[in-house]
Amino acid sequence: MVMKDFGVTAICCTPSYFIHLIDRGEELGIDFRELPLRAGIFGAEPWTEGMRQYIEKQAGIKAYDIYGLSEIIGPGVASETETQDGLVIFEDHFYPEIVDPDTGKPVPDGQEGELVLTTLSKWAMPVIRYRTHDITAFITTPSGCGRTLRRVHRVTHRSDDMFIIRGVNVFPSQIEVALLSVEGTLPHYQIVLTREKGLDQIEVRVEVTPEIFKDTISALEGLQARISHSIERTLGLRAKVRLVEPNTIQRSEGKARRVLDQRNL
Amino acid sequence: MKIQQLSLFLENKPRALRVPTRILAEAGISILTMSLADTEQFGILRLIVPDAQRAKGILEKAGAVVNVTEVVAVEVPDRAGGLDGVLAVIEKESLNVEYVYSFTARKGDRAVLVFRFDDPDKALRLLAAHGVAVVTELDGFLTPGT
Repeated sequence: MVMKDFGVTAICCTPSYFIHLIDRGEELGIDFRELPLRAGIFGAEPWTEGMRQYIEKQAGIKAYDIYGLSEIIGPGVASETETQDGLVIFEDHFYPEIVDPDTGKPVPDGQEGELVLTTLSKWAMPVIRYRTHDITAFITTPSGCGRTLRRVHRVTHRSDDMFIIRGVNVFPSQIEVALLSVEGTLPHYQIVLTREKGLDQIEVRVEVTPEIFKDTISALEGLQARISHSIERTLGLRAKVRLVEPNTIQRSEGKARRVLDQRNL
Repeated sequence: MKIQQLSLFLENKPRALRVPTRILAEAGISILTMSLADTEQFGILRLIVPDAQRAKGILEKAGAVVNVTEVVAVEVPDRAGGLDGVLAVIEKESLNVEYVYSFTARKGDRAVLVFRFDDPDKALRLLAAHGVAVVTELDGFLTPGT
């Protein structure tokens, strides 16, 4: 409604939130294609070419990817241009390098590695060779838009186990803290990420152990609720908790694979 | 006397129930009675077997999560008002019941109901004070030859 009243022409948010807005608009009988909206700048979480096509078709706009990190300035370190062929780094302010995450040595242009940033113009809190843990590569061909600043590919994964859900950075260890605070023991667990109607969903599967198993449905549902609240308190995110039978979470080399990302990023 | 009941955690998915029943079948353990509680995601299978500790060991070895809970098997006259009379005692003594299910076999002219009380010892004492009979041994429920 606000977008309609003010004749909004551009929006900046997470792509999943915008898809949520499109769905909500549909429910309210608002067709985004009929609004004056022309462009969307989306970031703060990984998204796909498929999501871009969906957004552009459903909302009748151009959708651009923006990259940034809260340790530096938030969004605005790099952004796509009208040709949508990679993210142009704002090199006047940020000096980019791409290194091998294991050795820390720069990799040849075009090869994948970890993005390392140095701020050139920040005052109070500059960062020098800050390792972002974001994996990308320099694009070696010139941009269709004519800009000559260096460009990188869209970031889809990281060198550590952090994942981003609904714009929130999450480490599996935070889920462990939440689980530990509930029963005092750490059961085997797995984090499953899915995307339903464009919105990221997080499900935490917890193996039932003799220590946490209780004989009544109400006790088990209470356990589920306590885990769910504990996760929400720790992350500020609502997660679905599913109790599963022991030894049903896949383990490799004795260690469980903690995060199962089924979002097809 | 309290009876040991086995409780198993099962996911709510096809074939989940077959896993423990097959393990018990292979071990030649007869199930005297059972109940299955279900939710959208999971279920709890409750079993009464002749030797609860042995069955627990076998199920756990096969990877199941098993709890032993003490329940009380109450004899209920098998006629109209039979259960109501027993529940009147339970209500009068303010005993808390978590759940109830029944034995498939009868004991003479009586039905047998399995009660899970929050305090089984107190329940036994008070039921006895009111002359309500409870099952003291499970042998009578075993069909000869099993």
